[in-house]
Amino acid sequence: MKIKHLTLVVAISFAVVSCGGGEKSEPATTNETETTVVEEETVAEEAPETSANDNMDNKGVGPISSIELGEIDNALADSGKELYKTNCTACHKFGKRYIGPALKGVTTRRSPEWIMNMILNPDGMVVEDPIAMALLAEYNAPMSNQQLSEEDARAILEFFRTKE
Amino acid sequence: MKRIFKSIFLLAITSSLVVSCGGAEKGKKGAISGNAAEKVYIAPGEHDSHYAFISGGFSGQLAVYGLPSGRLFRVIPVFSQDPEKGYGYSEETKPMLMTSHGLIPWGDSHHPDISQTAGSVDGRWVFINENNTPRIARISLETFETEEIIEIPNSAGNHSSSFVTENTEYVVAGTRFAVPFPQKDMPISEMKGNFKGALTFLSVDKEEGHMDIAFQLRMPGFNYDLSHPGRGKSHGWFFFSTYNTEESNTLMEVNASQNDKDFIAAINWKKIEEYVANGGGTKVPANYAHNTWNDDEHTAKTVMEDEVLVIEPSEVPGAIFFLPTAKSPHGCDVDPTGEYIIGNGKLAAQMTIHSFTKMLKAIEDKAFDGDAYGIPIIKFDAVNYGTLEQPGLGPLHTEFDTRGNGYTTFFISSEVVKWNIKDLKIIDRHPVYYSVGHLMIPGGNSQTPDDKYLVAMNKITKDRYLPTGPEVCQSAQLFDISGEKMELLLDFPTIGEPHYAAGIAADKIAANSVKIFRLEDNKHPYAVQNEAETKVVRKGKEVHIYMSMIRSHFSPDNIEGVKVGDKVYFHVTNLEQDYDVPHGISMIGAQTSELLIMPGRTTTFTWEPKQVGVWPFYCTDFCSALHQEMQGYIRVSPASSNIEISYTLDGDVPGEEEEL
Repeated sequence: MKIKHLTLVVAISFAVVSCGGGEKSEPATTNETETTVVEEETVAEEAPETSANDNMDNKGVGPISSIELGEIDNALADSGKELYKTNCTACHKFGKRYIGPALKGVTTRRSPEWIMNMILNPDGMVVEDPIAMALLAEYNAPMSNQQLSEEDARAILEFFRTKE
Repeated sequence: MKRIFKSIFLLAITSSLVVSCGGAEKGKKGAISGNAAEKVYIAPGEHDSHYAFISGGFSGQLAVYGLPSGRLFRVIPVFSQDPEKGYGYSEETKPMLMTSHGLIPWGDSHHPDISQTAGSVDGRWVFINENNTPRIARISLETFETEEIIEIPNSAGNHSSSFVTENTEYVVAGTRFAVPFPQKDMPISEMKGNFKGALTFLSVDKEEGHMDIAFQLRMPGFNYDLSHPGRGKSHGWFFFSTYNTEESNTLMEVNASQNDKDFIAAINWKKIEEYVANGGGTKVPANYAHNTWNDDEHTAKTVMEDEVLVIEPSEVPGAIFFLPTAKSPHGCDVDPTGEYIIGNGKLAAQMTIHSFTKMLKAIEDKAFDGDAYGIPIIKFDAVNYGTLEQPGLGPLHTEFDTRGNGYTTFFISSEVVKWNIKDLKIIDRHPVYYSVGHLMIPGGNSQTPDDKYLVAMNKITKDRYLPTGPEVCQSAQLFDISGEKMELLLDFPTIGEPHYAAGIAADKIAANSVKIFRLEDNKHPYAVQNEAETKVVRKGKEVHIYMSMIRSHFSPDNIEGVKVGDKVYFHVTNLEQDYDVPHGISMIGAQTSELLIMPGRTTTFTWEPKQVGVWPFYCTDFCSALHQEMQGYIRVSPASSNIEISYTLDGDVPGEEEEL
């Protein structure tokens, strides 16, 4: 809802600019300031909402739209554990907040799709997904894109499931 | 307020109208036409159409620019240490600068040339020569890093280099200064007949690009100034300009300019290659460094080679000829068809254009005019296609378009002249600012020049830029050569003196550019794959820190047990696997440069602490919002202390943190 609002403001300011062809230099700066202000409002208002409500229905933004979970596959979880050690431990622990959030119980707070999308598309998530946006605001450190494949992310998810 | 803006606007319009009416004034500004700015403008976020690799001259490096914008993207360190990147300072890159004289921290880089396949630039590697301590480097155009440097023995002033043949069979390295070959202690005055000129052919591996000295020709003791390969019909030949055929060893500016004609040496390398393949030549002791970079181990190594295959011209009759060429030719250029060989006689009032077809006929007819040290001199009229009379003063270099035209720089008269090769007629001339040396058309040394742009590289700029004290920049000037007349578009400053450049369409390189180094492929002996593997190990007085970096902390970041008198090795691995996330590291008191470490790479520097205390290290490249927090401490105790090595991150020993 807020986002739509923002688009409208931007559209209007563009319209103003294009009409005022002869006076480009003046309104251009005003336009930029307006946009920034509105953006800040959006983040500020939505942040408490999302942290208060860890929404399991949110599938995030990225390549994974739907995933079926069956019995835990231990072999897959083991390979996920190795991938986790190499790619994730520099910033995450299970037991405590580190560079990023503590991962204990993450599969009960976030949908499997959200988890995989956060691994595979961190750059997109922090600008489009409300939970990821709120986490970035809270932790300040962007999650690294470790260039993992969907298979790798699926294995890490399986490892997380063994830690529930 | 608004009214003021409007008035200013109106005023601006009016004045621009006034300016455009003043067309007669144009000449003074270098005849910049009205839409030049549009032609070089690359909008924010958009890409240039061409790469230009411009020699860094006495900086020893190679600069990468975009055309047509003239924007500088990167300086690739090649022959000189570069503290910005840690090149030549890190333990891994120091071997790249090794020579038979020890580690040389500086070089004089000259003529970049891009590898070719089937007569066109292929964008795999760029080669460049070092003039002072003769060397040839090969730079990867996937990583934009120097991968190999080979020293050239028996050479001095490695100037007629590093041009490649049309399938990159060879890259050549010709000596500018004649010297004793092999070197020996002898009176300088006995130079004549006793000094020799080494022309070196380096073979290039087709897959990996590795270079080796295939053979060295022991030519008469002239100065071999520049060279270019034959192409198309003349593929298999190489042409070198010579001067000081007088073989003078003093006051050369007078004594090396006595003869009205010097030579272009024509070398049938295919014939010599055949001779070598049949076991020809003599292996002669030599001492030269061959430095190679290993991308798996992220480390360079030096191998000292101990012999070189030497060939006397007399051993291969019919392979080497001299073409008389007007006075002290500098550039020796071959047109895209391979037919015309141009001698830019820098001290002559004309330019000499030889014909390859006539040359073959003259050889067949034995149309010779004596010999020099046993090498036949072809009769001038039997090889000469024609001369370009009075083209300008001090011709240095010629490049070509695909429409039968040559473009020649004139140093003394400060201009570029466009002329038709067949007709030997001048079509256009354009002043440059000032004293132009080389020029470059992308793909210039190939059968297929990409002939929209021409870059002139100038030795003197004086009043062209804001003054910066007595030392001012050198610069390049970009021309549009797509029309009948050359159009000057842009001036831009260069790094060091721009000796030649190599240009190529961006799409031949951009898609292959490496973004990160895969951590799993990292075979550096001190690499870590994750934080759990980080550690600190004492070996006598050496302390090895296996350190990792990721946004935004080091592991470990608290280290104790280091003592005064230790030599501490920081082996630092960047664990990031994302594009454009390098981290840097520097240590207070370390007598070296910082390291700038790309994602997935391991690099090492050393620190020999001299003072007791607690000393910080930190990340030098702004990496995230928490970059200022990316730091750590090392406690240094007295030499007599018995504090054991210990290391932690957030209170835990890395690897002993969480049971998973």
